[in-house]
Amino acid sequence: MSAPTIERLDESLVTDTLCRATLEVFGTMLGMDAVAGQHFTERAPQHPSHGLVALIGMAGAWVGTGAITCSAELACKLSSNFLMTEFASVNDEVLDAMGELSNIIIGNFKNEMETHVGPLGLSIPTVIFGRNFMARSAAENDWIVVPFDCGGEIMTVKICMAPRERRPAPRGNAPYVVE
Amino acid sequence: MPLDVLIVDDSSAIRKILQRVLAQTDVAINRVLEAGDGNEGLELLKKEKINLVLSDINMPNMDGLQFLTAIRANDEWKDLPVLMITTEGSQAKVLEAAHLGASGYVRKPFTAEQIKEKLAAIHL
Repeated sequence: MSAPTIERLDESLVTDTLCRATLEVFGTMLGMDAVAGQHFTERAPQHPSHGLVALIGMAGAWVGTGAITCSAELACKLSSNFLMTEFASVNDEVLDAMGELSNIIIGNFKNEMETHVGPLGLSIPTVIFGRNFMARSAAENDWIVVPFDCGGEIMTVKICMAPRERRPAPRGNAPYVVE
Repeated sequence: MPLDVLIVDDSSAIRKILQRVLAQTDVAINRVLEAGDGNEGLELLKKEKINLVLSDINMPNMDGLQFLTAIRANDEWKDLPVLMITTEGSQAKVLEAAHLGASGYVRKPFTAEQIKEKLAAIHL
């Protein structure tokens, strides 16, 4: 594997790679269509969220986090297609399925990005489900967010990455804080 | 002879999907055992007569490459077919797995056809 070849991530490189990674998973393992919407950047979320968020850390010459968010209803729909089993509400199987889907999508993204930023390792996924929670990264970089329309419901795929040596000092002990 | 298969993956979703894919192949299956990481996989290998292993790489406690190394270090299992099925798609990981003695490598996301082709190539 070659050394990192770029010092700054081009936003279009990230969004194009995220779209390819996500749509390939929808086509091969979910058997459903998704349409990528207009990407945007965001800092820390300003309002409490509800639904499901799956988080995966990436580490190498670049470090960061990949996240997937969706409603409980969409998580059930995606998990039903993934496992060919109907789910009416979020349970352990849905949480596991969403963690694995996130692992495959972010892993797919990572594999392509490694040609630009060098080798990256992935953490084990963490999935959070609930109401009225806030999740924020200790890093201060913007997140690049791509929304996907999945039959009228929106799933977002987000990436926050920075070169390791330029990573801002964390504000707390935990890399991610759920309030 | 119908095979006893061991699936090693920390995701119960992937274990379930692989069970379904195995049922669709021409391979005669006696039973499928499951483990959540390499440690659990090794324990099952010691207790049961396994004919085929499907293993993830990124797992807690003992990852798939450590698991593969432990398998090949045991004379009893040196010829046991081990198919790696993982999100790790870099050429370096593929080569490392091959060097350690993997019988095949499938990158997630996968189709049922890709798994069937790899199993056919292993000549079970």
